[in-house]
Amino acid sequence: MGTYILRRLVFAVPTLIGISMILFLILALAPGDPLAQFAADPSVPPEVRENIRRQLGLDDPIHIQYLKWFRSMISGDWGFSFASRAPVASLIWQRLPQTLLVVGSAYVLSVLIAIPIGVLSSIRPYSWFDNIATTFAFVGFSVPTFFTGLVLILVFSVNLRWLPFIYDSTLRVNSFETFILQIKQMIMPVTVLALFQTGAMTRFVRSAMLDNLPQDYTRTARSKGLAERTVIIRHVLRNSLIPVVTLVALGVPTIFSGAIVTEQIFRINGIGELLIKSIQNSDTPVVMAITFIFATLVVLFNLIADVIYGILDPRIRYD
Amino acid sequence: MQRHRNRRTLHLLGLLTILSLLIGACAGPAAPAASGPGAPAAEPVRVGRGVGDTLRILYWQAPTILNTHLATGTKDFDASRLILEPLAAIGPDGSYVPLLVEEIPTVANGGVEDNGRIITWKLRKDVKWSDGTDFTAEDVVFTWQYCADPKTACTTATYFVDIENVEAIDPHTVRVTWKTPRANPYFAFTSTNGRIIQKAQFANCIGEAASTAEECQKANLAPIGTGPYKLVEFKPGDVVTYEINEHYRDPDKPFYKNVIFKGGGDATSAARAVLQTGDTDWAWNLQVEAAVLQQLAEQGGAGDLVIYNTANVERLLINFTNVDPALGDERGQLNHPHPFLTDINVRKALRAAIDNRTIAEQLYGPAGFPTCHLLWYPPYRSGIEEFYSGCEQDLDEANRLLDEAGWVRGPDGVRVKDGMRLSLLFQTSVNPLRQKTQELIKQWWAEIGVETELKSVDASVFFGSDAGNPDNIGHFFADIQMYTTGASEPDAITHLCQWVSSEASQRENEWRGNNNMRWQNAEFDAICEQARASLDPEERRQYALRLNDIINEDVAMIPLVARPRVAGAAKTLKGYNPSGWDSEMWDVANWYSER
Amino acid sequence: MTASVGAGSQVSGQLAQRQRAPRTLWGDAWRRFRRHRLAMAASVVLLTMIVICVLGPLVYPPSPTRIDFSKALLPPSAQHWMGTDDLGRDMLARIMLGGRISLAVGIAAMLVAMSVGVLVGATAGYWGGRIDNILMRITDLFLALPVVPLLLLLIFLFRDRLRQLMGPEMGIFWLIIFVIGILNWMTVARLVRGSFLSLKQREFVEAATCIGVSRPAIMFRHILPNTMGPIIVAATLSVGSAIITESVLSFLGLGFPPDTPTWGRLLYDGQNYLAMAPWMVLFPGFFIFLTVLSINFMGDGLRDALDPRQRQ
Repeated sequence: MGTYILRRLVFAVPTLIGISMILFLILALAPGDPLAQFAADPSVPPEVRENIRRQLGLDDPIHIQYLKWFRSMISGDWGFSFASRAPVASLIWQRLPQTLLVVGSAYVLSVLIAIPIGVLSSIRPYSWFDNIATTFAFVGFSVPTFFTGLVLILVFSVNLRWLPFIYDSTLRVNSFETFILQIKQMIMPVTVLALFQTGAMTRFVRSAMLDNLPQDYTRTARSKGLAERTVIIRHVLRNSLIPVVTLVALGVPTIFSGAIVTEQIFRINGIGELLIKSIQNSDTPVVMAITFIFATLVVLFNLIADVIYGILDPRIRYD
Repeated sequence: MQRHRNRRTLHLLGLLTILSLLIGACAGPAAPAASGPGAPAAEPVRVGRGVGDTLRILYWQAPTILNTHLATGTKDFDASRLILEPLAAIGPDGSYVPLLVEEIPTVANGGVEDNGRIITWKLRKDVKWSDGTDFTAEDVVFTWQYCADPKTACTTATYFVDIENVEAIDPHTVRVTWKTPRANPYFAFTSTNGRIIQKAQFANCIGEAASTAEECQKANLAPIGTGPYKLVEFKPGDVVTYEINEHYRDPDKPFYKNVIFKGGGDATSAARAVLQTGDTDWAWNLQVEAAVLQQLAEQGGAGDLVIYNTANVERLLINFTNVDPALGDERGQLNHPHPFLTDINVRKALRAAIDNRTIAEQLYGPAGFPTCHLLWYPPYRSGIEEFYSGCEQDLDEANRLLDEAGWVRGPDGVRVKDGMRLSLLFQTSVNPLRQKTQELIKQWWAEIGVETELKSVDASVFFGSDAGNPDNIGHFFADIQMYTTGASEPDAITHLCQWVSSEASQRENEWRGNNNMRWQNAEFDAICEQARASLDPEERRQYALRLNDIINEDVAMIPLVARPRVAGAAKTLKGYNPSGWDSEMWDVANWYSER
Repeated sequence: MTASVGAGSQVSGQLAQRQRAPRTLWGDAWRRFRRHRLAMAASVVLLTMIVICVLGPLVYPPSPTRIDFSKALLPPSAQHWMGTDDLGRDMLARIMLGGRISLAVGIAAMLVAMSVGVLVGATAGYWGGRIDNILMRITDLFLALPVVPLLLLLIFLFRDRLRQLMGPEMGIFWLIIFVIGILNWMTVARLVRGSFLSLKQREFVEAATCIGVSRPAIMFRHILPNTMGPIIVAATLSVGSAIITESVLSFLGLGFPPDTPTWGRLLYDGQNYLAMAPWMVLFPGFFIFLTVLSINFMGDGLRDALDPRQRQ
């Protein structure tokens, strides 16, 4: 296993370089103009635009731009954002806490809810519990997040006036009151995200369990007289976890990239919001940095998933 | 995994303009509905520095930089206005208001000489930067030097390129010399684009360093200013917090101890926050569906709509060249005229089929009113009966024009002439309001036998200037396109004359010519030439009116809706008086709250 | 109805199947599918929706496109069964008009995504080694692609050409299906590969290999049916997300012309009216929900029907 991990890590380097080239190419070729949102004057003279393009390094050929980017990226410099003329790294650091807090806790929450619900549903498929869980799961992911977000705002902010719907990122938690305020402003976005993710994940856990329940080893375990609890948890769940691990591992990098719609509805202004705004404004250095970090996380977590496969099912061999 | 459900934010173009308050009073629906009167009859509240607690401002686009000379969005210019100021502002009536100067220079007081080539500003002596140092003429000179260097790549460079020299006569007198005599010598250092930055802070930031040096990157996000507030914390793309600038020149202002300028989200929830829940005191640019906005305004209870005028007009632009893809590289070139839009009867019929009033009233609501003229505002026209007459919908007339021109209805109802179908490709940016307008126009045109295919393009692509991107307004590879623009200064000549023949956007100029319609009109060109040379305001006004009329007579553009700005203010907020020629925050020092 | 806990070992089940003529495999499957009441009900619902969307406009009089402000925002009534939108157009007529496209896009894009995903995942998981490594790195690449700029690039490269080639509707239709399909296969590929890695070591695969079954047959006839569960869930989910994604594309200018009322678009157009005219949002949302739900139950039925462990 050790050599396998090492080999994969070594292989990851050329993979990531390849990915970075393709990302860069897509961003460079995609239409869009960092000056499109020019508020000052729509008819800015061409020479002014040219000066700005030169300043932003957009007049070089693509391969030169890429080499410049690559060279500074290796030394830890991600370049500066066109929109704020600030180092990209500092922008990402500034956004990371609220994204990790809100999107991350929603993710953890949905994994913690989805697994027990999925397991319970699968033990008695088509029972009343399963049917209710199924309905909720489908409502959860066929209703878009903007819709659930809006409904929650209308109920809890506009009518009941219990919760704020403008996220205050300047809030510093240093007392019990501020802690309560932080919880209050997190309730709605976390709920919206968790509802969406739990729905899908519940279905996957349930179906994986259903695939494994009729297997021979389950019968063997039962016939040995093991308690049903033990059979389900020790044997069936463990073997059902491969699709679940896949999904959870694929989902972790998306915690970093944030949740665009939910962040926008509640004005959380995390990484997702930064990414979409940067895309809209063709702020290439920011888009490049976020997507590249995301790509690295994808590669990393897919490796982690593969390692966990091996632990869950010792028969899996990579050669 | 959550898909990128990108809710397209609405896009605004161009700068604002406003009605003169004097004449605005008789401008019918154009009169601002509820702008804060500068002076309430009796002043029951205690106004004074730091009496109020926190002012909450909400923009659905978040500021990303506070140095306006490198900024690209209204959000940045507005957030910066609490800190950085120009020498003079432009008030709601289009007149200059002194801020950092003793008075507005004029020919009468000797401040303007040589036909507007030289202008001398007398700076106030009591102005200090928020770090306690004196504001001097050197700072003004420096601001010019900063942007005059092409390597700095100021986004506001347009306002400085025609300057020959800026010199400090003494610490409190600064003289600006233009390269040529100017009708408007106040062009630089005023209004939203003319902010003065501090020499001490930016001294090492001229040239490329402006964006690359660490020191300058910090300064861009935290400029020292002369405005009523100073920066506490700035999270680019999220929130700005300010506190009182204790060195501000007026000892009684500003009213609030702190300001929070929050960005992000969407216009509808911003409207809800200010009109219904009271979560904010001021919300910017409430571009919300008419019915929704009206309901929130009527039943919300927490705030009022603040409507103020701009020179912006939503219009249809007509393509005078053939953009048939079969032409390949020759698409849109001047030697390939449009097969049927060059027929003035077709253009007249297209215009006659449109009902501007329905578009304005049903779709724009308080954020628009119908107009037949690009120059609908004072001093050109005043009152709706002046600017909305002569272009009312007339389907019979439209049909008659097409019949007369020999366009016959085919079996599917679409008119045909010489085997050519009257079929149009109509493009605009992605924006719910624009898509609804497109659908309405398509329906009207169908009634006169014109077939329309609708196309919408992402705003950052549509308004981009990428030479390789065929979907932007410069290429205009469609028959009709729709967007908003308007003069950014009270004088409209520069704005109108972007459509002269020589400005046609062509492959040779990488589709960057301003005249993207490729409209060719000799009379228009001749008048522009005369108008540019004229220095007399009244004469220029007459020229502008004539240019406006030629556009209408030749149906080069079809004006649809004049677009005022709509903001929202808490009922307790007072003292604001937004100007369409300047930043919405231009008078933020005067704002206060009633409890 | 319970999904009967299948008895009988996989090995004997697999072998038994091989001994029967292949025709009866599908015959058995169809019989089992019909016994699955929820699946049958779901099929009827989905079929009804398709019929309504195709034939409904012929019998339901209100126009889906005629703008009439005097009828704006009317609640559901006898004339307008699902109310009207902000431009006075009948919601049901619009839902039927858009439904044809949304259903077609949702199902076709799902099929594309599933085919690519299953093929890549099965190949990688079964062959392992270098092939696995290469295919999974490609999957990583696709997972990491920035969707919006990629879409803008695709529009820029292909829209005008396809529009010329196949007209504004069909050209865009194929482009959209291709784009959504190509952006959604990665999860399936990872899921299938994970199951394959585990399943290929099981006894029944060894048994099949021993008696000389060809590799593709082992992959698709023996292993694949055992991993149908996650695939069907992923397929169900992707129909819904394809319907929504289509509307996102139209916001980037890639979608159908802006006056095409696809379900995703109706949902977006109505969102600001949620408090004023909830029918503008609830009905399109309900149709998407119903589609996803039906496809899910059909999928459940399909899995039970195709499950090699199920007995007569």
